[in-house]
Amino acid sequence: MDALIAKLKTQIIEQLNLEGVAPDDIDADSPLFGEGLGLDSIDALELIVLLEKNYGLKIENPAEGKKIFSTIRSIAEYITANGKA
Amino acid sequence: MKPVFTAQGNVLSSLGFTAAENFTAMQQGRSGIKKHSIPEFLSFPFYASLIDNEKLKAAFFPFIDNNNYTRLEKIFILSIADVLQQTGLNPKDEKTLLVISTTKGNINLLELENYGDFSEKRLLLSEMAKVIADFFGMKNTPLVVSNACISGVLAIISAQRLISSGQYENVIVSGGDLVSEFTLSGFNSFKAMSDEPCRPYDAERKGISLGEGCGTLLLTSNETLLRKAEKKITVAGCSVSNDANHISGPSRTGEELALAVNIALAEAEVGKSVDFISAHGTATLFNDEMESKAFFNAGLNHIPLNSMKGFFGHTLGAAGVIEAVVTLESINRNMLLPSHGFENLGVPAPLNIIKQNVQKEINTALKTASGFGGCNAAVVFKAEK
Amino acid sequence: MITIKSYCSVRNHQLKLNGTTLLAKEKELLFSDFIKSAYDLNGSTYLKFFKMDDLCKLAFIASEFLLKNRKLSEQYGAENVSLVFANTSSSLDTDLKYYQTVKDFPSPSLFVYTLPNIMLGEISIRQKFKGKNAFFVFEAFQAEFLCNYATRLLNDKKAKAVIIGWVELLKENYEAFLCLIEETESGTELTKENLEKLYTDR
Repeated sequence: MDALIAKLKTQIIEQLNLEGVAPDDIDADSPLFGEGLGLDSIDALELIVLLEKNYGLKIENPAEGKKIFSTIRSIAEYITANGKA
Repeated sequence: MKPVFTAQGNVLSSLGFTAAENFTAMQQGRSGIKKHSIPEFLSFPFYASLIDNEKLKAAFFPFIDNNNYTRLEKIFILSIADVLQQTGLNPKDEKTLLVISTTKGNINLLELENYGDFSEKRLLLSEMAKVIADFFGMKNTPLVVSNACISGVLAIISAQRLISSGQYENVIVSGGDLVSEFTLSGFNSFKAMSDEPCRPYDAERKGISLGEGCGTLLLTSNETLLRKAEKKITVAGCSVSNDANHISGPSRTGEELALAVNIALAEAEVGKSVDFISAHGTATLFNDEMESKAFFNAGLNHIPLNSMKGFFGHTLGAAGVIEAVVTLESINRNMLLPSHGFENLGVPAPLNIIKQNVQKEINTALKTASGFGGCNAAVVFKAEK
Repeated sequence: MITIKSYCSVRNHQLKLNGTTLLAKEKELLFSDFIKSAYDLNGSTYLKFFKMDDLCKLAFIASEFLLKNRKLSEQYGAENVSLVFANTSSSLDTDLKYYQTVKDFPSPSLFVYTLPNIMLGEISIRQKFKGKNAFFVFEAFQAEFLCNYATRLLNDKKAKAVIIGWVELLKENYEAFLCLIEETESGTELTKENLEKLYTDR
């Protein structure tokens, strides 16, 4: 799980063009949206692309995505439960 | 300032190739949105309003080589030709300008091998506009408006200003866009596409359906170009605003669309007495919510309102012009058309959504649009009593 | 009198404000590196910048320098500041980049930038402008059209300040030219000739 979390942090920083953010700056349990990284609705759509591209996971319903994308850990848990990672 | 009249219009869509054909189809409750399976466009079936290729080819001038013009250029040319024919306007007149409204123009050339044998330059919107203007031998370089989904309404507003200030006597506003792999894949990546025909303002709405088409409208200060049997309708007020909130998500309050609406109504000196609103109504969750708040804020939520997206789909740069032309038909025929696909209200503020054809005296109508980039536009059409 | 209060140009890896060069970089630099150095020179942190496409980055940087130390939305009211921009290639640079992603994973963050007026949205968000905005496409810079449009907006009391912009970018070829138009007692009058001259000398 820790290895997956570390990998996810790097992938998210790259996919979302998070300038000046290092993997260590992101807390695995802090909310990704609103406060913190200040991600928005387009970032959420890019996260859907990231999961499909890197983990073969399709999220069709943005409402479902909202839950999965609440923290880095929740994304890692979703991948572990559903993915091939 | 000179009054700016609306003369004849054309709508070219899957529902028909003239304004009258489209209006009749709408009155009969027919929608152009159908299920399509086109693997080159999208890997799964989708709902959209598409113009039949064979019908388009057959309608294009027999003496002109079909291969010299792109699909969208042919659509524009046919639509403009209809307006010229109806009004008798000489396109070579030096006091006449063509204003083209489009978001993506010939973008589908990217999807064709070797750009479909057209030059790469054809991807430029100004080049496409020039090809269209040259077809008619127009004297002035056409103006191109590309401002997301408000392009069509903004083109009408720009035309109004160019005429009222005396720079031109006639402006032909023509808005067109295609459905292509480019736009379908993009809206799909936005999870914005409905898996059924779109249902603006409905509680069960699931997003947009795309559509392709063209709308053309002649604006003029020359009253002799108007049809005697019809009402004398002017572009009486207009305004534009920006949400300054988010590049793709609409305003949370609708206050900026309300601002544009209020300024347009004030300029038209009609107060709140509007007979009909032709709203944007894309059927995405947030757009329709935002519009309902805006009309509520502007004190217009009791006014009969429709979205025409359920008939044509979202035709992007064409939408504002197509919907304006149909609105003018509504005024002339005193006939309100329903908001196709709507059943139960699903927006936070109450709206008076039209559910069936209604015969009613209509003299003042408001047309609005909102789009990516946070832009909003409003225009008021007023018939002289 | 309606005047060109200030202007900013970005081209050939140089950034000039009112004719004074503030930044000059070697030609070999990629646009992305050049525009990042302009961002650094501007000195204020705005993380949204890094999410923008190149066309918006270019427009944004030019607007930052043009409007430095000005708070137009406070001075005139947010709804009274207007943006009138134009270019040659619309958003074609990003259209091509987006289309490259279509065959495998279409990118929503590129797709949103396949409209040229998004730059007006980005500047409006940054500066809190809620007034009229319009984007036009021309074969080349049109001083007369932009001059007339801005003059009409101010004369008809539809705006109290107008920013005119020519922001073009396609495959490493780029240029931005922004002017702030206001009513002032003295200064360079907004005329077609003056605007053309500033553009030619930029």
